Amino acid sequence: MSPLRIPLVRIAHARSGDKADWVDFGLFAWNEAGYQLIEREVTAKRVQAHFAPWLAGEVEAWPLPNILAIKLVLKGALQGGGARNLRLDNLGKAMAGALLRLEIEVTQSELDQALNAPRVGWWPE
Amino acid sequence: MPMKSVRIGAGLGFYGDNWEPVVASIERGAVNFIASDHLAELTLAILQKDRQRDPTLGYARDVVPMLLRLWPLMRERGVRFVCNAGGLNPQGAAQAVLAAFSAKGWRARVAVVSGDDVLPQLLDAAAPPHHFAHLFSGEPAVNVRERLVFANAYLGAAPIVAALDAGAEIVITGRVADAALFLGPIAHSLGWSLDNREPADLDRLAQGLTLGHLLECSGQGSGGNFGCQGAWQTIPDLAHIGYPIAEVHADGTAWITKAPNTGGRVNFDTVRQQLLYEVHNPHAYQSPDVVLDMGDIALHDEGHDRVRLTGARGLPPSDQLKVVAGYRDGFKAEVTWGFSWPDAWDKAQAAQATIRRLLAEKRVPHDELFVEYPGLNSAHGALAPLPDAATLNEMNEIWTRMVLRTPVKAAADGFGRLFPWLALSGPAYTCGFNGLHNTSELLGIWPTLVPRAAVEAGVRVEILGDAA
Repeated sequence: MSPLRIPLVRIAHARSGDKADWVDFGLFAWNEAGYQLIEREVTAKRVQAHFAPWLAGEVEAWPLPNILAIKLVLKGALQGGGARNLRLDNLGKAMAGALLRLEIEVTQSELDQALNAPRVGWWPE
Repeated sequence: MPMKSVRIGAGLGFYGDNWEPVVASIERGAVNFIASDHLAELTLAILQKDRQRDPTLGYARDVVPMLLRLWPLMRERGVRFVCNAGGLNPQGAAQAVLAAFSAKGWRARVAVVSGDDVLPQLLDAAAPPHHFAHLFSGEPAVNVRERLVFANAYLGAAPIVAALDAGAEIVITGRVADAALFLGPIAHSLGWSLDNREPADLDRLAQGLTLGHLLECSGQGSGGNFGCQGAWQTIPDLAHIGYPIAEVHADGTAWITKAPNTGGRVNFDTVRQQLLYEVHNPHAYQSPDVVLDMGDIALHDEGHDRVRLTGARGLPPSDQLKVVAGYRDGFKAEVTWGFSWPDAWDKAQAAQATIRRLLAEKRVPHDELFVEYPGLNSAHGALAPLPDAATLNEMNEIWTRMVLRTPVKAAADGFGRLFPWLALSGPAYTCGFNGLHNTSELLGIWPTLVPRAAVEAGVRVEILGDAA
């Protein structure tokens, strides 16, 4: 079965923050099945390639299976820091959205599992 | 007598945040303390400009109206208040609060924590050249020394504990680690030592630090700014969001929750987004009081806006404190304007080319001319690919934002004046020009380290005012 390419936003959520010239992301799968996919697919190398048009510095990644998350740090991502960055998004607050555009390769059954498994959090209707 | 458990409510998450949600935490959240973080990394730069204008300023001025609103509610219930609104002038903040209280006939015992200012140490030309190197790049501090405008060390929770032990009802600090604003009242209330190095003691401190980290950004810990597709819409009533509340017991057992009948959501997802926010290595989250390893943290979602926290691991803190300094780094001038259909994209490109030509012909000194298109790519830059020119030319409007970066203030001041003539003599159907006078100074951020002992010797806790 040929793999599908899906953007991370289908199976994950994310927040970005800034410290000096570094942007950091928390990337979170909604459930264990989704976590297996992001842990396999979202490597520092892939994230660096995704942000390459934008970013000179290196990327570090730490998997955190205890909270179904991956911690990512992008170095040199803010033109030297928020108070000298000329972009409208000078603090990189919207950059987690750009991370969720990253496309990963999954099989249909892997995707079905990630989409059909319930969210871990309490989300009443 | 130490308490068996304590509840701390989040105050502000930045200078300019909304304090109205704190009312619900005080009235219905059974909190013992409110702890309020007014200082983002760059806030001291704003406060420095205030202090240059008026030496009695240099603190986060919102603390005064905030306390005028909240103090009667807090005093009635015995709730105490800890904040870092002192910024560069904690004494000035305390005096301003006491003056405003005095005008109302109120009294309060206010503690001032100072000693975080390390600018004199960084300016000391006799310091060895390797001191205060850039924490990330290793660049020597001498490269920016002449341009430094502030430098403050992140203090820990100890002076806050000392202030509360001395009976302070309100504690006003300058720069402290954000989470220390919360760890201070927790350690004070539960009788936790900040100096014990036994693993169990460090783990308890790590639990407290984690709670502080989860609360230091106000609504971001209870469903605000929740980044995802498709679930954020179901988070109820953000207009009346309840800021997060931490409940912690003497053995370190801990929960995150919020006041009943408030908006927002506290669950596994909203709490873990905040847990990793502005964290680098999650196995070594630094603070002056304890180093946190998040690798074994578990967040047990009990439903109904209540999440239990377990498994924070603590390691001994370093003998260095983190410093954030700011240095002057040139100027920017910023212009925005639009063109309408037809051919809006081509017109924007033609106007931009004209401006570039003028900059070259007039030999305007600059390092960079930064261009982005609000509505098309200003949030995601190169990761938001532009449609082709034909498609762009069919769009209703194209907005261009041009920013000049220059070391020369006069060049920045003159940038906006390159544009107005285009209204009559450039491409047609332009509107919304903004930025004739729009210069601002840029600041570089210089993170570095300072030996802890050198700073802590100068930390002061001073009590002003009388108890009510």
